[in-house]
Parts: sequence; structure tokens; C-alpha cells
Amino acid sequence: MTTSQTEEAPLSTTAERRAITTANPGSTPGAEWAIVARGLKREYDMGGEIVRALRGVDLAIRRNEYVAIMGPSGSGKSTLMNLIGCLDTPDAGEYWLNGQLVSKMDDDELARVRNKEIGFVFQTFNLLPRSTALQNVELPLVYAGVGADERKQRATEALERVELGSRLGHRPNELSGGQRQRVAIARALVNRPAILLADEPTGNLDSRTSEDIMRVFESLSSQGQTVIMVTHEPDIASHARRIVVLRDGQIESDEPRDRFSERLSVHGSSVVG
Amino acid sequence: MQFLEAVRLALAQIRVQKLKSFFTLLGVMIGVMFLIAVVSIVEGMGRYMQDDLMGKLIPINSFELRRNPNVNLGDTDMATWEEYQRRPRIKEEDIGPVFAALPPNVAAAVRSEDNITVSSRYVPKPKQVDAQNVTASYFDIKKLGVTEGRVFTEQEDAMGTPVTVIGKDVKDYFFPNVDPVGRELRVNHIPYTVIGVAESQGSAFGISLDKFIVAPYNSPLKQLTNRHGVIDGIIVQAPDEQTMLAAEDAVRAVMRTRHKLRPEQKDNFVLETADQDLEFWNKIKGYLVVAGIALPAIGLVVGAIVIMNIMLVAVAERTREIGVRKSLGARRRDILAQFLVEAATLSTVGAAFGVGAGAVIAAIIAAVSPLPTHVAGWSVGVAVMLGAGVGIVAGVYPASRASRLDPITALRAE
Repeated sequence: MTTSQTEEAPLSTTAERRAITTANPGSTPGAEWAIVARGLKREYDMGGEIVRALRGVDLAIRRNEYVAIMGPSGSGKSTLMNLIGCLDTPDAGEYWLNGQLVSKMDDDELARVRNKEIGFVFQTFNLLPRSTALQNVELPLVYAGVGADERKQRATEALERVELGSRLGHRPNELSGGQRQRVAIARALVNRPAILLADEPTGNLDSRTSEDIMRVFESLSSQGQTVIMVTHEPDIASHARRIVVLRDGQIESDEPRDRFSERLSVHGSSVVG
Repeated sequence: MQFLEAVRLALAQIRVQKLKSFFTLLGVMIGVMFLIAVVSIVEGMGRYMQDDLMGKLIPINSFELRRNPNVNLGDTDMATWEEYQRRPRIKEEDIGPVFAALPPNVAAAVRSEDNITVSSRYVPKPKQVDAQNVTASYFDIKKLGVTEGRVFTEQEDAMGTPVTVIGKDVKDYFFPNVDPVGRELRVNHIPYTVIGVAESQGSAFGISLDKFIVAPYNSPLKQLTNRHGVIDGIIVQAPDEQTMLAAEDAVRAVMRTRHKLRPEQKDNFVLETADQDLEFWNKIKGYLVVAGIALPAIGLVVGAIVIMNIMLVAVAERTREIGVRKSLGARRRDILAQFLVEAATLSTVGAAFGVGAGAVIAAIIAAVSPLPTHVAGWSVGVAVMLGAGVGIVAGVYPASRASRLDPITALRAE
């Protein structure tokens, strides 16, 4: 996962994905799969009415894939993201993350998985305002019980990876939007997670900064990181190499970028609702 | 080191919102302040009573046979006062038998006192001073030394020589700028010669103890202080507690016989020791201790409630932050610990300020009132621990709520 590659890793094929997601329940996916989700269902009770947010979602993401997840509001995109991010557990189905069956874990175990395997990047950055950039990036390491010296060293490295090595002591209010998002990305990476999960990461940035940030993700992906980007903007989604579209709680399409872009230019943004 | 991180964050929070933090801390601070102040009064008074005062007024291992107690630190009720008035006086005739009954190696002195008008030719206005008619052993027993001149001897006492040792205030007033030794002091118009100036006795509760003269028992003053053969007391000094108790028993037996008391009747005289007067102080101390517990308790309870509420607000305001921390891998207990530490830090800082404020109040009390104070080291330790404890107790509910927040909902918060 951390080996440098200069060429794009091969995408998983539809056949491969179908094979792994329809395999017998309980069969552990091989090491090459970052995520295998089988038949995920999630329902909410909204004051007496049952809302079926996810109606049986199969999703397989191989290591080092760069996937965008799109869908209009009400498509279940957020629910799926929360499940992928281990912030929530499904009502039915299996979710394998990096070879572990996460869907049946309790709160403490989920917290541990979030700490070790998932790097969140939020639209609103979500940095701690009274801590420096370095302290913000150290936080996952604090929860992992890493000692002070090692923490500082790893956090510094992460910040250098996103080209903020000279801003370690700055507080968020002393940084631009783009810099804040870089700090957030460094924080997401510091524990060497299985997946980087970004939720509308450029939503609060201007177009130029957005491009900068997308370049960072591109660079990380080419270094071997598995990246999952949740977005509603087709332009942003097109930076990924595979685009999954949700509608009404189910996956409507799951195709490589080129095919998606084609359909986009032919049918316009109705492709994503 | 999550603990240190949480402490650092808590301190940063306090620094950022100084005024709000100050009001949050006020309850704990006041509670601790009362604790420190009251304890320092009790300690100061206790030491003073034990070491200073009682040592001065009533030496260790000594007692005085008197009709009524000399040192009266409280109000005597009517019944007791009337009973005191009915008691027979101690007489000269009692001296012989009492002295005879004492165990060996015990010192004893006779004393009579009165307020007498005294004058000298160096100042126009005469004044009243406390005049003590005593036998020569008085100086040894009371450890009363002189800074100038000497004390009088047994012979001078036997001969009734009109010599006197005066207190510092008497010297300052009646012999300003002049060496009093060898000069004349008129004691109720009777000429006495000053032979010595006593060491300063300091003051008790702001009242000077140096306004006295000491004259031999048999000197002319006797006619004034010993009217009708009455004396004020016999002071007995023993080398150790055991001997003193034996001496007490002996004197008590003699006096009860002389006063013809039946076994069931109580003593109609007093053998005044330092302990009895300390008893009164212990009673006051009891009240002070109650105050010293009640007042701080109120402050601390109020402080705890305030901290709990402020922490609840903090949790509400930082809901999103809690969601972020959980998304980064914080478990329930991490969040719980973080907010507990914040509450405890807040409270401990308040306690620290309280210690400072309490010490200042103790210093002010010592400076402007006759009460002595002494800030006790143990009270500082207790105060800080109480501070931390209050914070933890106050923080449990808010921290528990914070830890149970659902991360998804929390992340959506404002």
C-alpha cells in the first residue's frame, strides 16, 4: 500500500467485484480488497415511518483504487459513507474492511478501526481551533497511544507530505482554507489508514484551491493510497478513476471514469440525478 | 499522554475566556478560601494559646489556688457568678498548711493583687496599674526576668522593704527618658524604690501585659491588697506533670478540710491550671471547626453546581468537536476522561486561587485584629485535593453525556 507507483494501478473489473460480493456470507475477502460490502441495508425510524436509506448495497473496492461515490440527496450516499467510515453499523449485510468483519463490532472496536484504518477528510475541515497544526495531526496518534516523541516525528512527516512542513506551529485561524484542508489530510494519513474517506473535500474552497487539493489526492493515490471520495459534483468526481452512482438506496452504476465522462457529456448531469 | 493533553487544553480554554472562567471558578475559590482562612485562624489561635498565651499567663505544670478563676475567656452565666460570690476567700492562715502539704521540690509563691494608683515626680498625672504583692519565689515560678536592675530577695520580702519591680509600660510612662532604677515611685502615696524593670510580656488579644508593678508580699502595699488577711492566690510550680498532680491533690485535700466540705460537695475554690482555660478555647475551637466545615462546604457545593453547568454548556458547544474526535478514534472513555480532566483542572485552578485568597485574608486578619493566624500546610494540600475532587464529581454527568454522543449526529451539529 505504501509502495510508490508511477503508473495507475489496474482497476478491479466488474466480474471480480461481483465474484467477491456474491461469495458466501462470512468468507473473508483476500488481502487485495480494501472494502467488501455484501448486501448492506440500513433503515431509520423517522417518527413512525420507516425510511429505507440503503436497500441492499454490494460494493467492492480493491487496494489503491480511487473511487468517487455520487448521488443526489436521499440516495443513501451519506448513509453509505457513514457505514464505510465505521461511524454506523448496517442493519443487515456484511462489511469487510481490510480483512476484518466490521459490521458486527461494538462501539469500542469500531473506534479502534476508525483510528487505525480510516482517514476522514471533511468538507468543513473540522480541525481543533485551539491546537496547532502539529497538535491536530497528532490527535489520531494520541488515541492510538503513541508516545510523544514518535507522535511528533510522524505528525511532522505527514505534514511534510502535504507540503506544510513550515506551518507546524500555526493554529487553524492562521491558515488559509487550502492549508487547513491539507492539515486535515495529513491528520487523516498519519496513522497509515487502509482508506482515505473524503466527504466533499473541496466544498468550502475556491476553484483554484480545489484544484490544488485534488492534486494532493491524486498524488496520494499514485503513492498507493486507497481513496474514496464522496461528492455531488461531477467535475470533482471525474478526478477519480472509478465512479459509483447511488440512487434510492441502491447502486445505479459503477463504471470507470472514461465511460462515466462519456455518459455525462451525452446525457448531461441527469446522469447523477 | 492524553491526560497532559487534556490539562493543556483545559488551561488554554481558561486563558481564552478569562472572565467567564473566573465566574465559573468563583464558587470553588470561595469555598477553599473559607477553608484556608478558618483553618489558619484555628491554627494560629491554637498555637498562640498553647505556646504563647498560656505559657505567659499560666506556666507549664503549675496551678494557682484561688477563690475564683483568674483568666475568664468567656461569659460566666448568672448562676455561676453568684456561686463565685458566695465562696469563702483564701486567707493568710491558709498559707502555712498549704505550703506544709506540698510535695518536696515544688516551688510556691503567694500573691495578692489590686489596681492601685501610682505616681512619680516625672509626670503630672497618676495612673492605675496592676499591683502584685508576691513572695520572692514568684519571679522564678513565672519566669519573670528583668532587663534592668534586679528582683527583690526573700530577705527584703521578710523585712517588708518598699522596693518594686516595674513593667515596661510603667517605666515608659512614669520615667520617660530617665533610668528608673533607684528612683522613687509612689504607690498609693507610699514611697517605693524601683529596683528593676521587667522583661516585656507582650500582649494578649491586643491588651498590653506590661502595665504592672511587683512588690514584696510583706511590704506596705499589703495593707491595701491584703485587707482582712485575705490573699488572692497561692501559685504552685512543679517540675513535671506527675508532681503537679500530686501537689494538686494535696492542696485540694487541705483546702477542703479547712473549708469543712463534705465529700459530696464540690470545691468552693479553684486550682487554676492552663488546661482549664485551654478547655474554653477548645470549646470555641469546636465552633470555629464547625464554621470551618460548613462555610467551605457551601462554597464547594455551589462551586460544583456551577462547574457542572458550565461543563454541560461546553459539551453542547463542542458537540461537533466531540464528533470529530470520535471519528478519529476516540472511544467513550477517552471523551469521558477528557472532560473529567477539564472539569478537574478548572476546579483545581479555582482551589489554587482560593488558597491564595485565603492566605491573604489570614494575613489581613492577623494584621488588623488581635487574632493571630497561621496558614497550615496540611490545609493547602486538603484544599487542592478537594478542588480536584469537586471538579471530578461535578464533571461526571457532563462528561458522561459527552461520551455517549452519537458521532454522526455530533458531526452534523453547528
